[in-house]
Amino acid sequence: MRNIWVLTKKELAIYFYSPLAYVIITAFLLLSGYFFYQFVAGIADATALRYVLEFIGFISLIISPMITMRLLAEEKKSGTLELLMTAPITETQVVVSKYISSLLFFIALIMPTVAYVILLIFWGKPDLGAIICGYLGLICLAGVFLSIGLFVSSFTSNQIVAVIITFVILLIGWVIGWAGEFFREQWWKDIFKYIGFFEHFDAFRKGLIDSRDFLYCFSLIIFFLFLTVRIVESRRWK
Amino acid sequence: MIQVENLTKKFGNVAAVDGVSFNVENREIVGFLGPNGAGKTTTMRVLTSYLAPTSGRAAVAGFDVVRNSLEARKRIGYLPESVPFYPEMRVREYLSFRAKLKAVPRKQRKQRLDEVMERCRVKDVEHKIIGHLSKGYRQRLGLAEAIIHNPPILILDEPTIGLDPAQIRQTRELIKELGQDKTVILSTHILPEVEMLCNRVIIIHQGKIAIMDTLNNLVKDQKIKLEITGNINDITETLKQLPGIKNISFTQQDLWYVVTIELSNNEDIRDIVYQKIVQNQWGIREFKTERTTLEEMFIRITTRE
Repeated sequence: MRNIWVLTKKELAIYFYSPLAYVIITAFLLLSGYFFYQFVAGIADATALRYVLEFIGFISLIISPMITMRLLAEEKKSGTLELLMTAPITETQVVVSKYISSLLFFIALIMPTVAYVILLIFWGKPDLGAIICGYLGLICLAGVFLSIGLFVSSFTSNQIVAVIITFVILLIGWVIGWAGEFFREQWWKDIFKYIGFFEHFDAFRKGLIDSRDFLYCFSLIIFFLFLTVRIVESRRWK
Repeated sequence: MIQVENLTKKFGNVAAVDGVSFNVENREIVGFLGPNGAGKTTTMRVLTSYLAPTSGRAAVAGFDVVRNSLEARKRIGYLPESVPFYPEMRVREYLSFRAKLKAVPRKQRKQRLDEVMERCRVKDVEHKIIGHLSKGYRQRLGLAEAIIHNPPILILDEPTIGLDPAQIRQTRELIKELGQDKTVILSTHILPEVEMLCNRVIIIHQGKIAIMDTLNNLVKDQKIKLEITGNINDITETLKQLPGIKNISFTQQDLWYVVTIELSNNEDIRDIVYQKIVQNQWGIREFKTERTTLEEMFIRITTRE
């Protein structure tokens, strides 16, 4: 545990040493602020923040690959992975701490949007339960995105490649739920809906907390983290 | 301290290290030599658990590098070949991070950091960003990182590469100092460095050990060279009767002869040779001893196919 904490702190420090973090934060806040204004001014009812959250969910899909791209790719490229893996720490500790740091970075990224909620409380009567649920869903969803990004980052040493592959995988995951529409049978539709990210996120966004959605997120996260650990370990046997 | 048995590491079908066995005793400094691509770095990476052996086994301080890898790694200080760093971090911050990873107790950490930075002469840049440091500083920072947890074993992959002559000398002094209470494996291309630092030499060539011996044994072959004048038959006959002579040859330059006496053991017979010269009243204008250098040895081994 102590090692994970030490490693997580280092990862977070490195995030904020690079200009990329500030570019991501600025871009994210600009976009989400603009859409918040658009939706709230345009819809102006209790559900407005739903659409804002949906939009933030989509932005997360674009931003997550940028958050995770350097995590392992950079260590491999610069050779620091050798230093890391010859220190008395395990691959699991390295992967988990990188994952935690990316998730913490994401949470820090969306924190300022809480200001929108406060604004809404000030001016109207938003459904707070649904909003909290929506944020929870957003974090779960981003958790999945980041685990996939970390996984991709583990098998390349090129950050651009990592960001593109991750983005493609996430985009497919986002739209695959709609592929069910090509089938006549209901069970095909259900399968595709279950696989895709969107349906699960949509449930959260609407204020539904269903253990199946959590299970979906957690199992994907664990699955990808497990694969990542395996890939980092595999370098020893190549 | 280090046992390597029949170690083989293959990348695909190519064996980078092929059935290598050696032991390193406590507090020994062993020089690891070989041309580029001979398998030095691969061997070191197996010892530090970065790579796993294809077959054979290796143990560090009694811990198997595969089955007990964490325990083995705790006892090793490793300076990799390319000395990688996080360029955005600051020197002190980086060392502190590594000290925590290597479980240096919190109470000793500050003192240990200062001590190590002092010793490796990076104290004056402790607040600088690593990416801005010169190669010499980075190399020393790598060394500081390797010894931060005071490990009993040091594995140094080309520790003096990229340093200027003064820094090379200082680093060698440091390694020598460290070698007094640590076991050191040192790979290098600089042969005089090995002669200066190491008790024992392992020359590895094409993944196999070509030579493994103490430095004294390796460079014991002595030659005496004389420039002498007199009756050359008398001279060779007389000298041949001395003990420990392997071969005598000569070339003529006008009235002078250049006589080369090859000795078969380490016995010092220079005084006896001198006595003979004086007794026989031969003229002499040069008298010198030559040793086979490690360099000659290295070239001989690595260029034969």
